[in-house]
Amino acid sequence: MARITVSGVSEIRGPIIIIEGVTGIRMGEYLEVNLPNKPSRKGRVLAIEEERVIILLYQGTYELEKDEIETEFFGRTMQLFVAEDMIGRVFNSQGEPLDGLPSIYSDEYRDINGSPINPTSRIYPRDYIETGISSIDSMNTLVRGQKLPIFTGAGLPNNQLIGQIVKQARIVGADSEDKFAIVFGAMGLTMDDYIYFQRLFEETGTLNKVVMYTNLASDSAAERLITPRVALTTAEYLAFDKGYHVLAILSDITNYCQALREISVALETVPSRKGFPGYMYSDLASIYERAGIIEDSQGSITLIANLTMPNDDITHPIPDLTGYITEGQIILDRSLHNRGIYPPIDVLGSLSRLMKDGIGEGYTRKDHPSLSNQLYASYAEGLDKRRLAEVIGKKELNRRDQILYEFADKFEDNFVNQGDVYRSNEDSLNLGWSLLSNLPETELTKVSEDLIREHIHNKGADSD
Amino acid sequence: MPQSTKERARIVTIKGSTVEVRGLSSYRMGEITYVGEERLIGEIIEIERDFATVQVYEPLEGLKINDPVHLTGKSLSAELGPGLLSNIFDGIQRPLEQIKKATSSSFIQRGIHINALDRHKKWQFEPSKDLTKGNLVKGGDVLGFVQETETIKCNILVPPNTNGELLSIQDKGEFKITDPIAELEGSDKKKKELTLMHEWPVRVARPFLKKLPVSEPLVTGQRIIDMFFPITKGGTAAIPGGFGTGKTILQHQLSKWSNADVVVYIGCGERGNEMTEVLREFPKLVDPHTQNPLMDRTLLIANVSNMPVAAREASIYMGITMAEFYRDQGYSVLLTADSTSRWAEALREIAGQLEEMPVEEGYPAYLGARLANFYERAGQVVTLGAPYREGSINITAAVSPPGGDFSEPVTANTKRFVKTFWGLDSNLANRKHFPSINWLNSYSGYIKIIEEWALEANLEDWGRYRQEMFTILQKDDELQHIAELIGSKALPADEQLIILVAEIIKEGFLQQNAFDKIDSFCPIEKQMKMMKLMLLFYNRAEVLIKNGCPISLIISLKTVQILKRMKEDIQNDNIIKMNKIEDYIHTDMEELGSKYGYKV
Repeated sequence: MARITVSGVSEIRGPIIIIEGVTGIRMGEYLEVNLPNKPSRKGRVLAIEEERVIILLYQGTYELEKDEIETEFFGRTMQLFVAEDMIGRVFNSQGEPLDGLPSIYSDEYRDINGSPINPTSRIYPRDYIETGISSIDSMNTLVRGQKLPIFTGAGLPNNQLIGQIVKQARIVGADSEDKFAIVFGAMGLTMDDYIYFQRLFEETGTLNKVVMYTNLASDSAAERLITPRVALTTAEYLAFDKGYHVLAILSDITNYCQALREISVALETVPSRKGFPGYMYSDLASIYERAGIIEDSQGSITLIANLTMPNDDITHPIPDLTGYITEGQIILDRSLHNRGIYPPIDVLGSLSRLMKDGIGEGYTRKDHPSLSNQLYASYAEGLDKRRLAEVIGKKELNRRDQILYEFADKFEDNFVNQGDVYRSNEDSLNLGWSLLSNLPETELTKVSEDLIREHIHNKGADSD
Repeated sequence: MPQSTKERARIVTIKGSTVEVRGLSSYRMGEITYVGEERLIGEIIEIERDFATVQVYEPLEGLKINDPVHLTGKSLSAELGPGLLSNIFDGIQRPLEQIKKATSSSFIQRGIHINALDRHKKWQFEPSKDLTKGNLVKGGDVLGFVQETETIKCNILVPPNTNGELLSIQDKGEFKITDPIAELEGSDKKKKELTLMHEWPVRVARPFLKKLPVSEPLVTGQRIIDMFFPITKGGTAAIPGGFGTGKTILQHQLSKWSNADVVVYIGCGERGNEMTEVLREFPKLVDPHTQNPLMDRTLLIANVSNMPVAAREASIYMGITMAEFYRDQGYSVLLTADSTSRWAEALREIAGQLEEMPVEEGYPAYLGARLANFYERAGQVVTLGAPYREGSINITAAVSPPGGDFSEPVTANTKRFVKTFWGLDSNLANRKHFPSINWLNSYSGYIKIIEEWALEANLEDWGRYRQEMFTILQKDDELQHIAELIGSKALPADEQLIILVAEIIKEGFLQQNAFDKIDSFCPIEKQMKMMKLMLLFYNRAEVLIKNGCPISLIISLKTVQILKRMKEDIQNDNIIKMNKIEDYIHTDMEELGSKYGYKV
């Protein structure tokens, strides 16, 4: 399509510029602003009112001189050149290399906004991923094609947890020929965190499988809005066109949403909760919903996102809206962390919505569904007793309550607190049974008698 | 009223999901327009002098100023006729399977125009026996029928607002959906051909003869609903709950097991994989009431969260119009919408683009009116036309309150218009107590009506059982507060017994496992029997306690476990086995009784 070039602008405001007296511009069009003696800046048409074109510049408007600039409209939306060669490379949000290697040349390109997957074309995710972490594998099972955020708080070891998942994750019974890639979208990351992830990929030997898109905390907020889209466009290409199993890691969604708010305020949109725009739900959905598995394709996109809950508040709009879109969440708990438990996963608050169809006979183990239900229930009761003991003292608990109280302690100390080491799901489930064997059989209402007979050999050893 | 096309409309502004159009002297509110060269579908939502604002149901990328806009003269309408059931549509009734075939893509592209109903498929039409040439017919009269699926016979109706003398009607035979099957002559002497399908504007409620008071329950097979917070056919219910409280699974359960004739499931701004799950699972499931595949009575609307927000706004109206179409044929229809909060957010987003004055949390002032409008389309009615038919629509709608806070505008406004409230509780969900309906803050406005129905249905104990169980749960709640302070072992034995029985009720009755083959659906007869046994246990144990039997002996009775597990252990077609449990209870209690000097 023909390009149109225009000189000068009429308004500059925050990251927004407005050009007047131009026709033939398309909604959502990609453009570049050329400056004398400076690198050009990229932008997108946000709205058109007759001959007024409202534009968001990704690198901001600082030092723009009103009459000096020349805007080139490309007649198409922002596109990303895609190729398998991208694997092992590091780019900025525009897809420009940061690793000193040449740019990607390809005859294939994609619109970074993608299109919604037709629900009739989706394949329901069922293949379970073993992460080697008990609280996830046995209690909140992750499956291939799922989107699962980690709700964390400032100072909690969420990055270490992602590191452990990257190190240990494997598909049980997967074909070793399976192609695997990681797409990493860094959104407003601090340099420290960024270096952590780089090291992680180096140490785990996955560096040659990673495509990295980098937007650091010091980079522009407007640009942050395209980082996840560029990352997921790459993920879609690798998964659905090239048959890779892609693990997409986005970090941190909170930074992304802050940028979204910043831009929406600049555009004078009506705010809803806490100043975030009313369209934040739809906007987040346009990111998260790109994960999944589709028919006629060998690959898949599994999405794990870091989300730092502002002030540990799970009802804050960012975790709240995310929880409504993603297929569950892993919650990290500060009090577990303070007690030195790693990974400090809040087993009861966490959830995997796709777990029910990824476990049990033919998937993990026959006893898995009812065993995990029993562990949840007994642990929840144990926590109740702990709260009760805080009021009346542990000694005042009756025998049954004491047993449950102790169960909660043991569950946290042994099951949750596994450290940064691999534990197979098989071992996790067995550990679950051995913890349950401390409870009287009358407490085991969620598991069948057959399973009790099969798995608890030394029943009653601890109770009188 | 087809629009003359000599005037040319064109785009002057593009913003968010709306465009502003100029160039015509007059516009009609709600008129469907095709926008741009790709002919994106839109609807006129605001008129100001010679401008009109069009809400577009597809992404606007690529449009430019001065692109042509074509006005159709039609309002946003649903195609109504055989072929809707077992199908899946987007928010503006485009069939998703056909979109996939037509584009050979797994992704939804823009500017696709595909009819909701298949124009090539032939249906076996059978005319009504009592109709002959020369009869006067009116809107709602049954011309004949088509066996739409094994379960549902689709009555072919004279469309509402149409009447006249029947000039001709086809004999039994195969017809395409657009083939004329009858011809009328109206009082204005104009001839009109009728086909198997007709169209209806979705924002207008379809007419009926009169509303009836609701009278019979919608049996859902979900114990806490059927026994504690029942809903009638034609009733409305809201299911509010934070994320992870099991809204969607409860909606799935209602769609699977309710004794409605037809189910309309609207996935409105929710997850793509959830719709896929329905598509994958429902065809394999058997309707417990007819033994046919569940898909035979189900139609789905999927406007998932990343599909255009304007179409999400339309999806609710599309769904209720299709529900009304089956109601008018004389069926009971269950409409489940997941979630109305996403629909309200779509309203908010569009209102924001129009720069309307926001009220609470950015929602427009007409939020309550729109909700009322939607819920008032439920109900039990006498339909138009002959023969006499009654039909009903249930609405059960999920609400997703931000942060699980029920005081937010969508939940608060919804509460004004629904009679039943199933409040989901994240504390219950966290301990995997599902369905997580909180029995203390939920309510049903249909208790009196169901009580009357129960008397006639030989379930005269229902009201009493319900009340007794409720009393136990209520007392338990109070006792839990005390126990939290002093520990339960410091409570007197009769109070400890209440805590024990409440626990049996919570675990053995209120909790229901949607993924268990047996427990997923619980027949009314079994529900009643379960209540009876649990109360029998309580009443007998109470007497023992009064006679000095220690509570610890009652707690350790094997029957406690049996009562908690009978929901999964007793096959639904073998409820007679529950009589054995009744015997156990008597034996256990008598044994204890004889020890403590208490005789039967």
